[in-house]
Amino acid sequence: MAEMTYLEAGALALAEAMRADPRVWALGEDLGRGGVFGQYKGLQAEFGPERIVDTPISEAAIMAVATGAAMLGTRPVVEMRFADFALCAIDELVNQAAKARYMFGGQTRVPLVVREPMGRWRSSAAQHSQSLEAWYVHVPGLVVLTPATPADNRSLLRAAIACDDPVVYLEHKNLWPLPGEVPEEPEPSPIGKARRVREGSDLTLVAWSATVHEAVRAAELLAREGISVELFDLRSLWPWDREAVLGSAARTGRLLVAHEAVQVGGFGAEVAATVAETLGVPVARIGAPRLPVPYSPPLEAELEVDATRIAAAARRLLDRPRRG
Amino acid sequence: MSAQVGHNLDVRRLESFLRSMVAIRAFEEEALAAQKEGLVKGAIHPSIGQEAVAVGVCGELRRDDVLLSTHRGHGHTLAKGADPFAMMAELMGRAPGTSQGKGGSMHIADFAVGMLGANGVVAANIGIAAGAAHAIRLLGGDRIVCCIFGDGAVNRGPFLEGLNWAAVYRLPVLFVCEDNGFAATTRTRELTAGEGPLARARALGIEGETVDGNDVLAVAEAARALVATVRGGAGPRFLHCLTYRLSGHTGADPATYRPAAEVEARWKDCPIARARTLLEGAGVARAELDALEAEARAAIAEVARAARAAPWPDPSLAWTDVQDLGAELRPEGSARG
Repeated sequence: MAEMTYLEAGALALAEAMRADPRVWALGEDLGRGGVFGQYKGLQAEFGPERIVDTPISEAAIMAVATGAAMLGTRPVVEMRFADFALCAIDELVNQAAKARYMFGGQTRVPLVVREPMGRWRSSAAQHSQSLEAWYVHVPGLVVLTPATPADNRSLLRAAIACDDPVVYLEHKNLWPLPGEVPEEPEPSPIGKARRVREGSDLTLVAWSATVHEAVRAAELLAREGISVELFDLRSLWPWDREAVLGSAARTGRLLVAHEAVQVGGFGAEVAATVAETLGVPVARIGAPRLPVPYSPPLEAELEVDATRIAAAARRLLDRPRRG
Repeated sequence: MSAQVGHNLDVRRLESFLRSMVAIRAFEEEALAAQKEGLVKGAIHPSIGQEAVAVGVCGELRRDDVLLSTHRGHGHTLAKGADPFAMMAELMGRAPGTSQGKGGSMHIADFAVGMLGANGVVAANIGIAAGAAHAIRLLGGDRIVCCIFGDGAVNRGPFLEGLNWAAVYRLPVLFVCEDNGFAATTRTRELTAGEGPLARARALGIEGETVDGNDVLAVAEAARALVATVRGGAGPRFLHCLTYRLSGHTGADPATYRPAAEVEARWKDCPIARARTLLEGAGVARAELDALEAEARAAIAEVARAARAAPWPDPSLAWTDVQDLGAELRPEGSARG
């Protein structure tokens, strides 16, 4: 067990994977200098410029190169710098990497990981702040992961690199300095398994990425009012842990999903609809309003899905009868 | 007329090229006929008239070299050594198809012969080719990657990004621009600034040449030299082949946007006619060439017959090979629940 930050845990996972498997390599802009957030610091010194590859600002080529290199048996880890920039490579990811195995009738696999730092961070405005995880979940062929803790950033990134599917790996920029305990060994198979953060009996609350930490605070606020919340960090959006969420919602009789992404068409809708269709219990979602992310703090605050708003949404849901 | 006339023409080699070109022509004519009958459901993009590029370039590649092609890729795929029966079955959506009927014409691939896929998106294969070459660099060995794209591709971003990438890392890629004059139904030169594909490649530091893409010997000669240079570790090279698309953009396009006289003149200049003229000039009897063509066509006709009789894929195959983690399971029963 060691204490480290979310950022350091990601770097550790990549270094461990590269030491264990010579087919693993990373490519992206500025990686030789540690990457834009320092997630790759020291890696080029250990693994050399052939395996920690500095690339031109060519997102489409970065993703296409990773796709071609994965088809030939290497295991590339792509750095997209900001999730927003990955949109310059959406053909390469969605039409090529995600489809190659299927449209070629199983002749190939595309074992790549694309790291896309997501979410709101330091007044970054509309082109550096988005949470687009729902787009990727919609695409057959992709695995979508959203770690919220240092331990999960280590375990999920190791599992993503080991996986033969193309994985969209969404780290949250606000979590880089978050400290936490990271066990000696990574969790064996974390993909598709939710992490139960807190046990409770009145309401099931599901969140992922940075919103998990707001959800923890919301559960504490509600506990003071005598409301018992069972909180899950979904961690893995595709595949997602239906069993854990359905099992919990069946016990508590209510489900609330909270996420930073725009609520309309968000992945919360999928989770809520699945629970409502399966169990018929009351469900609710809370996400950002359908607005581009603004720059100025008082404007940005309009979009927050914070503990106060999550707790308020939970109270509204609890006011509704169990069978709506 | 080829510069080879009057020199020591390698008759056997040219006959072999002719046989391959006729097989490609016959394959596409059979596919178009099957489409008219409703047996090929999806779009096909014929390369009729462009066979010399496929045969001339791919003939210089080794089986373990990697090829990436386009939506107009039947010829390239056949020339790389793919099984014509599996390809025709794929066009007809049948189980023994190259992709089990999951891809069709635009996603023909045969990894066993190094053919890593046609592509439904113009220019998308260029970056993938750079990636395959990057992997070869990491894995070692002297395989090379050949990436064939059309003249329309030079106006898409991946052309710039992919060529720059290959040049910066000095990767073993032969880029081949198969310039048939048309980007879908538009004359490419009307919407392309500058001096053309080779000038754009040279601006990125990639040397190459332009050849008469209807002269299979000229294409093969240029490809041979460039393949050797690329395999020798000199970095990427560029081959610009000037040809002409005798058919429409797709099987459904009558291509009325060009004068009939232009197309008629181009038919007389097609690579098969050119090869026959050279062989006849070298003393090969017309009857012998007719027999050679008939034999190649008969083999493809047999392939088409067999594909028509091939079984459909089981519907359960729609659910396989999506992904390892999180693959949706087929509901119980024969149809969706």
